[in-house]
Amino acid sequence: MVKKPEKQQGDPDTTGHEWDGIEEFNNPLPRWWLWTFYATIVWGIGYTIAYPAWPGISSATAGVMGWSTRANVAADISQAEAANADINARLAAVELTEISTDPELAGYATSAGAAVFKTWCAQCHGSGAAGAKGYPNLLDNDWLWGGDIEAIHATVAHGIRNEEDDDARYSEMPAFGEMLEKEEITAVTNYVMSLSGTPQDASQVEAGQVVYVDNCASCHGDEGLGDRDQGAPNLADAIWLYGGDYDTVLETVTYSRFGVMPPWTERLTEAEIRAVSAYVHQLGGGE
Amino acid sequence: MANSQPDAPQSLYAPREPIFPKKVYGPFRNLKWWIMAVTLGIYYLTPWIRWDRGANLPDQAVLVDLASRRFFFFWIEIWPHEFYFVAGLLVMAGLGLFLFTSALGRVWCGYACPQTVWTDLFILVERWIEGDRNARLRLHRQKKMDFRKFRLRMIKWITWLLIAVATGGAWVFYFADAPTLLVDLFTLNAHPVAYTTVAILTGTTFLFGGFAREQICIYACPWPRIQAAMMDEDTLVVGYREWRGEPRKNSPEVKAGATQGDCIDCMACVNVCPVGIDIRDGQQLECITCALCIDACDDIMAKIGKPRGLIDYMALTDEENERAGKPPKPIIKHILRPRTILYTALWSLVGVGLLFALFIRADIEMTVAPVRNPTFVTMADGTIRNTYEVRLLNKHGEDRLFNLTLRGDPSIQVTLEGVPGSSVTVPADTTFNQRVYLEAPAGSAPANAERTELRIWVEDTTNGERAYKDTVFNGKGQ
Repeated sequence: MVKKPEKQQGDPDTTGHEWDGIEEFNNPLPRWWLWTFYATIVWGIGYTIAYPAWPGISSATAGVMGWSTRANVAADISQAEAANADINARLAAVELTEISTDPELAGYATSAGAAVFKTWCAQCHGSGAAGAKGYPNLLDNDWLWGGDIEAIHATVAHGIRNEEDDDARYSEMPAFGEMLEKEEITAVTNYVMSLSGTPQDASQVEAGQVVYVDNCASCHGDEGLGDRDQGAPNLADAIWLYGGDYDTVLETVTYSRFGVMPPWTERLTEAEIRAVSAYVHQLGGGE
Repeated sequence: MANSQPDAPQSLYAPREPIFPKKVYGPFRNLKWWIMAVTLGIYYLTPWIRWDRGANLPDQAVLVDLASRRFFFFWIEIWPHEFYFVAGLLVMAGLGLFLFTSALGRVWCGYACPQTVWTDLFILVERWIEGDRNARLRLHRQKKMDFRKFRLRMIKWITWLLIAVATGGAWVFYFADAPTLLVDLFTLNAHPVAYTTVAILTGTTFLFGGFAREQICIYACPWPRIQAAMMDEDTLVVGYREWRGEPRKNSPEVKAGATQGDCIDCMACVNVCPVGIDIRDGQQLECITCALCIDACDDIMAKIGKPRGLIDYMALTDEENERAGKPPKPIIKHILRPRTILYTALWSLVGVGLLFALFIRADIEMTVAPVRNPTFVTMADGTIRNTYEVRLLNKHGEDRLFNLTLRGDPSIQVTLEGVPGSSVTVPADTTFNQRVYLEAPAGSAPANAERTELRIWVEDTTNGERAYKDTVFNGKGQ
């Protein structure tokens, strides 16, 4: 049996609670603690006055400091724009071919261009720039209108076959379904397929070559290597914009294709256009 | 329910009782002076130790580079993904505290805690300027603020403030080149964050060391409450040999004729106490075991020709033995217990593990992220290309030429974006992103297979250090 300690002189009161003989002192709180507590209350009230806090029906109190996340974002954006103003001006001014040789400019252009690409280009060309049926894959080394930085820049700036920009690259493949007989079309389809692989019907290749020379070679070249001045695709390589199977090539010959890309000079700054051109140029197929 | 007497209602709040610790001499006091000198020396001087870090970094031996997320400690360079070293050190610090607390009680509080060290320093300044305990008491009781009191107070506060500024100032030097930052701080060119940090640490040092002192230990710090759980009856704490000292002089028992114990009630132990307690009342939560009362009492015991140790480091188990007249257990037996041995073993285990990890870690690292959008690209000639985002880490202070090679299928060729050949220069102390193309010719096995297992090796061409990552090559899957 433990002796219960007697209350000594100077001991504070107990709380009046007892558990198995154990009592709890009602020790006084330090006075400074109390003042600190009051100070936090004052601080808290002041905070709700200074900053947006009290909810209303349609909005909260704005706070006397005028602080808002929206204004902060706007400030951050303008700060970032101001910070990039110099390099953007430099990017817009240099020779296009010099972008890749200047490490600072190349790094900036690639990063900025990636952002531009994800915002404006990814809808058609895909977020990984792999393209889709009718939308060129920008990762490979096959280019319809040229794959050096200048050609890419011209394509991005003015677009392809659009009405808005007079400088847009333009060409049009005729729909041979209205011009050739059905047999001629199947023959030329087999010939075109033979240029890069295996035709569906090898017996028609010879007849198809005759049709090809008369109707297609003026744009696609005698050997089917295409013509970048007219955006005529290379038919002898492994890459097909719309598909290289018999049905798709037949469809292309019959109805033709007319891929359109908008011009970007109206929507993007010259620095942005150059940045995205540099980005596309370094994706793996740039010339 | 215990019925307490209907006393006058006590206040719910108590003002701080001012404490005026008296100067004391003795081995524990000397030990504390030494610890203070060493710890403060380490704290203030470490940022000024120079260490060659190459061209792009300040030549500082201990540097926390927040902007590029690097921690430099002499020859060790910790990158964010190696933060487990810091976690490991924290585990060691934790286990070390367990060990010391279970063996020696609140020894951390009494000797090494910054709050104790700085308070000690501030009390030292106070004593230099305002005099020892009695002079300070007189100054405190003097209601009128005459010129002398005003002068002493101002000199004291200004000295405290200077120490506080130096303390806050030293902290920011760990995060930037100390000599440059010092100049910047004085020429008002430093970053606002530096000034804010200095201001906050100055304020807390001034307030905690000058005014709050033991209030921090008693009311603010959670550690003393945790420590109680780690102490047991073999833990060495500062205690009073009541059975030897009592009945003390001036006690009712002595006045009634009882033989006086060794305690002459000189209050020396109370007067030197920095937390304002009377150790003779037994174990108290305020006690930080600074051992100054031991020094004070030993001094008195020597003067009155009694053996030392009326107040002493002892364990609770000693009480029973000593009351029974048996000799106390030797200190070494108190310290060497299964518990402390276990803590030591765990502490050493983590330490050895960290050292091991430190020695086997490579200064060259690589991560390989295959681009899966798209999984492969067909080139004009039918070649199948896979793209990999390769991240190369150069943890050296100089630029390195890294060479990439491939093990797996010999038909696959390596090319790097924007760089001729298969080698790339990685700048010092950086992570470098390099896009790597692997190309399998049309018709080759990897081009037609769905997946081909590969191993990419990176080699530092300077010293031959190597690292590898396994990945796969995606083909057309025909």
